[in-house]
Amino acid sequence: MSKINAYRRFHPGTQPEYDFPFYASTARRHPTQPLVIVPQTLSEITGPVFGTDDLKPTDHDLTRQHKGDPIGERIIVSGRVLDENGRPLPHTLVEVWQANAAGRYPHKNDTHNAPVDPNFSGAGRALTDAEGRYRFISIRPGEYPWRNHYNAWRPAHIHFSLFGRAFLTRMVTQMYFPGDPLLEYDPMYMSIPDAKARVRLVSQFDWENTVPEHALAYRFDIVLRGREATPMDKSPGE
Amino acid sequence: MSLYASGSQTVGPYLHIGLTWLNTSNIAGPGVKGERVTIHGRLVDGDGVGVGDGLIEIWQANAEGAYAHPEDRQKKTLEKGFRGFGRIPTDAKGAFEFTTIKAGRVPGPDGKLQAPHLSVTVFMRGLLKQLSTRVYFPGDPANAQDPVLNLVPAARRATLVARRGSKGVLEWNIVLQGKDETAFFDF
Repeated sequence: MSKINAYRRFHPGTQPEYDFPFYASTARRHPTQPLVIVPQTLSEITGPVFGTDDLKPTDHDLTRQHKGDPIGERIIVSGRVLDENGRPLPHTLVEVWQANAAGRYPHKNDTHNAPVDPNFSGAGRALTDAEGRYRFISIRPGEYPWRNHYNAWRPAHIHFSLFGRAFLTRMVTQMYFPGDPLLEYDPMYMSIPDAKARVRLVSQFDWENTVPEHALAYRFDIVLRGREATPMDKSPGE
Repeated sequence: MSLYASGSQTVGPYLHIGLTWLNTSNIAGPGVKGERVTIHGRLVDGDGVGVGDGLIEIWQANAEGAYAHPEDRQKKTLEKGFRGFGRIPTDAKGAFEFTTIKAGRVPGPDGKLQAPHLSVTVFMRGLLKQLSTRVYFPGDPANAQDPVLNLVPAARRATLVARRGSKGVLEWNIVLQGKDETAFFDF
């Protein structure tokens, strides 16, 4: 059995604490005992592998999942999935879900008084290509109120779920939009302690990928945990 | 080049919209060898209330102890179609149930074999970063020597071992706070 090539621990400040009082629901849902530090074994450095057979051709296009066009501003969201060593993660699954343009989810628990769009389900998935790139077509999600505190509103966001190469690189995050005035009031966004790490969850306006007379574009790169040791190139003497 | 991992965010209350398509009630299809087990449990918050908007994911080896992953270079047989992954949402009362096969033993940090286990990741509204833990099987003699289980304080070890319930179903709860708080991992 070869030695495990372990993954790095998270850099301080980049990840939220489980107990974050500004997000009220964490109060009864965070562990109170310290986490048990355990070694990374084959069980942690392996993880599920997905392929093109798992997806349908329209899965990445949230505007083409029904008969009609969804209401809203069409957007293209693309980017790369990388590890902390800057290496692209090819053929890895990316799942997204989001509210419609009015800020409403087609979900039984969403009671927000805003219209449901019969032409928008709000879910998509894609595999990254050989260079770790993904691309979704969607509509810009609306902001919506929630009951965390008085007059609480979530900034516009798209949920992202990623796997990477290992069960321990599993990551669920949210993509935000540049210039959203709600960000600094949002407990979820503000739960990331380090300001630079927070900003990395905000997508960038992406001129290059806009489609004239059709759609604006946003770029969002996601970084998953990387290996501690990266295989060195062999020196000429070897 | 060195980057930092993106920050984790909660799945929120509408997780089902994006994640349900991969729901799995049976991780091991008909062609997969091994002892069939059904695991039933509840995801319970600090008030003892079931978490109705949670989700667990399972990752496991087959009965021989092989993972369906390119970095598992053991010379073991893997059934075609066995992925070893399951995604199970909780119901309105916080309950979850899935069927699979008892995993085989896989190598541990010192080259010795680990006790059979399933790796578990927990997601829910109100949880900003996933929780990781394991389920072990009741009465397995290998549990006593397991290198990971032995790092859990003795008083909390039982939280990672399923119990035999009625009709052969294994019972295993995930308790977020309190006396029976499940041991969660950092790796």
